[in-house]
Amino acid sequence: MQFPVLSLIIFTPIITALLLLLLPENKKTEVRVISLAAATVALLSSIWVYFSYDINQAGYQLIEKYSWLPAMGISYHVGIDGMSAPLILLTGIVMFTGVLISWGVDDRPREFFAFLFILATGVFGVFASLDLFMLFFFYEIAVFPMYLLIAIWGWKVTREYAAMKLTLYLFIGSVIALVGALAMYFTSGLGTFNMLELENAGFSTAFQKLWFPFVFMGFAVLGGIFPFHNWSPDGHVAAPTAVSMFHAGVLMKLGAFAALRVGIMLLPEGAKFWMPYVILLTLVNVVYGAYIASVQTDFKYVIGFSSVSHMGLVVMGFATLNNNGMLGAGVQMFSHGVMTALFFAVVGMIYDQTHTREIAKLGGMRKVMPLVTLAFIIGGLVSMGMPLFSGFIAEFPIFMGLWTSYPWVAIVAAISIVITASYIIRIIGRVFFGELPQEFSDHLHDVSILDKIAIGFMSFILILLGVYPQIMVPLVQTGVNNVLRLLGGA
Amino acid sequence: MTGNFDYVMVQSILPVIGLLILGILIMVVDLFIPDEQKKVLGWISGVGLITIIITSVLIGRPGPEPEMVWGGMLRFDWYGFVFQMIFLVGAAITSMVAMDIQELGKRGEFYLLLLAATLGMSLMAASANLIMLYVAIETTSIPLYVLAGFLVLDKKSTESGFKYFLFGAMTSTIMLYGFSLLYGFAGTTDIYTIAEKLISDGSPIPLIGAMLLILVGFGFKISVVPLHFWAPDVYEGSPSPVAGFLSTASKAAGFAVLIRVLMAVFPANQDLWSALLATLAVATMTLGNLLALTQKNIKRMLAYSSIAHAGYILIGVVVATERGFSGSIYYLLVYLFSNLAAFAVVTIIGKTIGSDEIADYAGLSRRSPGLALVLLVSLLSLAGMPPLGGFIGKFLVFAAAVEANYIWLAVIGVLNSIIGLYYYLIVLKVVYLYRSENDDKHIVIPGPYSLTLGIITFGIILLGTFFAPWINWVMKAASSLF
Repeated sequence: MQFPVLSLIIFTPIITALLLLLLPENKKTEVRVISLAAATVALLSSIWVYFSYDINQAGYQLIEKYSWLPAMGISYHVGIDGMSAPLILLTGIVMFTGVLISWGVDDRPREFFAFLFILATGVFGVFASLDLFMLFFFYEIAVFPMYLLIAIWGWKVTREYAAMKLTLYLFIGSVIALVGALAMYFTSGLGTFNMLELENAGFSTAFQKLWFPFVFMGFAVLGGIFPFHNWSPDGHVAAPTAVSMFHAGVLMKLGAFAALRVGIMLLPEGAKFWMPYVILLTLVNVVYGAYIASVQTDFKYVIGFSSVSHMGLVVMGFATLNNNGMLGAGVQMFSHGVMTALFFAVVGMIYDQTHTREIAKLGGMRKVMPLVTLAFIIGGLVSMGMPLFSGFIAEFPIFMGLWTSYPWVAIVAAISIVITASYIIRIIGRVFFGELPQEFSDHLHDVSILDKIAIGFMSFILILLGVYPQIMVPLVQTGVNNVLRLLGGA
Repeated sequence: MTGNFDYVMVQSILPVIGLLILGILIMVVDLFIPDEQKKVLGWISGVGLITIIITSVLIGRPGPEPEMVWGGMLRFDWYGFVFQMIFLVGAAITSMVAMDIQELGKRGEFYLLLLAATLGMSLMAASANLIMLYVAIETTSIPLYVLAGFLVLDKKSTESGFKYFLFGAMTSTIMLYGFSLLYGFAGTTDIYTIAEKLISDGSPIPLIGAMLLILVGFGFKISVVPLHFWAPDVYEGSPSPVAGFLSTASKAAGFAVLIRVLMAVFPANQDLWSALLATLAVATMTLGNLLALTQKNIKRMLAYSSIAHAGYILIGVVVATERGFSGSIYYLLVYLFSNLAAFAVVTIIGKTIGSDEIADYAGLSRRSPGLALVLLVSLLSLAGMPPLGGFIGKFLVFAAAVEANYIWLAVIGVLNSIIGLYYYLIVLKVVYLYRSENDDKHIVIPGPYSLTLGIITFGIILLGTFFAPWINWVMKAASSLF
């Protein structure tokens, strides 16, 4: 039996969280060091998982299975495929950089890191799970710490409202999906929550058509799908930096991933029937999200709405149900995750010093924070889909996939690229270049070394993936092949 | 019916014997210790109850087949056994929580009444005869009335005890009338033979009447709408540990008899009572949750939430399958742990700051991070979050509903759980987010509380993660009904 590395990744954060909660509350440095150690373990093991995946063999790997409740066919069953391996890596990256960036959290850091790590366990658990019950179990673990993280450490103005809104949206989505999952369990008659077996349950087309919208939309709420995207910008903005990073970078992928794994993969006939409608919703996401982002005056809201737009592209890619679209969506989940985490890190660094996020009041950041400026420009280029950056590797196949299935949607969606370019360039020009306002010029200073490591690391990944796509594309392709197999080779 | 005395007969009432011995022990010890050391009675009671639990689990487990014992008065089966364990755990936790409360835990009578009520519940869960059942219910209720009004110098407590007594006595009378009708129709008080005798002749109308009368009595115990109105006043007024006991163990006892009587006496009318209870479940969940939303006092909030939980548990009864009943029992088990944890925190805070207003919980996470964390765990478990027990309870109940094609009921249930989540989060927000001027005054948690809270919290997490053994137990319990 191989080393249970997935379990190590899943349980390292939550065990660390429990340890942290047992520490006396005044030991703040110890809390941070332990957190960083745990995050490093998670990052290294996720890198190991990513590179140990054997592309030639494909399928699910690193499988661990222990029965959990035999009476109902529930097991602790984890494994990764080409779709989930990049997401595990992404979570490792965001967790590591998130801890680095949160070094300065001074209000109850013990609870902060503990809740953040409970969330991380949930996220790892969902990405790795091959059991439907387990997927829900970890999904909800990933969602509820969000409330506390936003409400306690968030932006004072909107945190209570945003945290509650986010929690209620996500839970309504997930419980509706849960009912759908129970219906699948009982209808299949297999008496198991094993998703690999449920894939072959042969649900009737009528059943699939009935339940697909509930299951798919229930999860896609967390992916920020229109018209249920409303919680997301508010949530992003109200959240403290590391939580925004986790939230936009990883959690939204959780929604898209679960919608794929449970919605599309278990109910493929339902997916084929409903996807044209889903495409329309995501089109609104993509174009309207980008438009709203471009008219925001608050720096963080711009990034928040840009996530809505980019996540729209992910779901749109899935909704094409063809090879290119899904391939692009798979890569986009990773690329956007790192990119948006980078963006929120940058926003957080600027806000921590200037205490404003009004684009009009900012300027000239290049002079005090050269590396931050560079990182934002790299993120911006990714966001616009420039070749040689990861965004291109992700978005180009999505548009190719769209073009084959829904050409006119591809044309309309492409408008978003122009809008995105406009707001990114506007921010770069206003915030980072130009004159440094008088009020800031005396007390601004460059960011700490830990912050530099974090954003440098993320920028490096975005460029690496852009210039050397082979590091990820063949891997995601194996995952896509598996989905296409279930769709009947469509 | 057997009249012979054998080992099984002792086994079947092992918890009852244990409770009796423990009660006598406490009565005797109470006479010989000075007032300032009365706290030790709490330890005796708590440890004694745990000993009874361990002994029963080791040597008092029922066999695979249910057996009628004590002249057909009791049925010795897994169903009764699992419920007895639930009651004993509840009583053990309650004694541990109460022991540091002046006027409550430092008086021997309190433990005696608590044990008497638990004894009554243990018999309720096992009764197979209407007479026995009624005696057991009264043995439970009368000590509980006294407990609710235990703080004789406190107006609210006295009022709550009196209110509980009046409503309890009234519904109990109505229920007794139902019992007498059943006896009239069937000519027997044996619960397991009434059904056969009834089916043979006559129109179903009088029988349904008897059923409704009986449901009034049971509905009061489990605080189902429209018989819920006593709960908020009684919980608010009675001492917090007692309120915790009332809302958990006493409710579990109500469900124990409800399920047994419905399944044994009225199997023929299952469609009718399922439909009736489904309506009541929806009303109970929704009304409980909506009223909980607006509460400012945490004990009243927990009272309304406990009404809502009765609604979720009823879903399992409505479904009336093995999976449904096992879901309900598991739910009762996790609800016992979660709600007792919440009431334990309320007890400590009430004792320290002298208030049960939610607003006064501001700054709790700074004053006592541990206490805040226990409250977090208990409320999130009540809200149904994994990896806590509450999630598994809800999951099992809703799964049973979906299986039996009560999908609409499951959907109403899950939507209601969102409302629940909302008001629990409001409390947590006050605890974690808001500040008060006393932020720097730490709340000292007495030793027994740390131990008890640690055990309950561990229990809540255990029920939510390594649930297979316990679920197997409740499934055995549910299957012994059929």
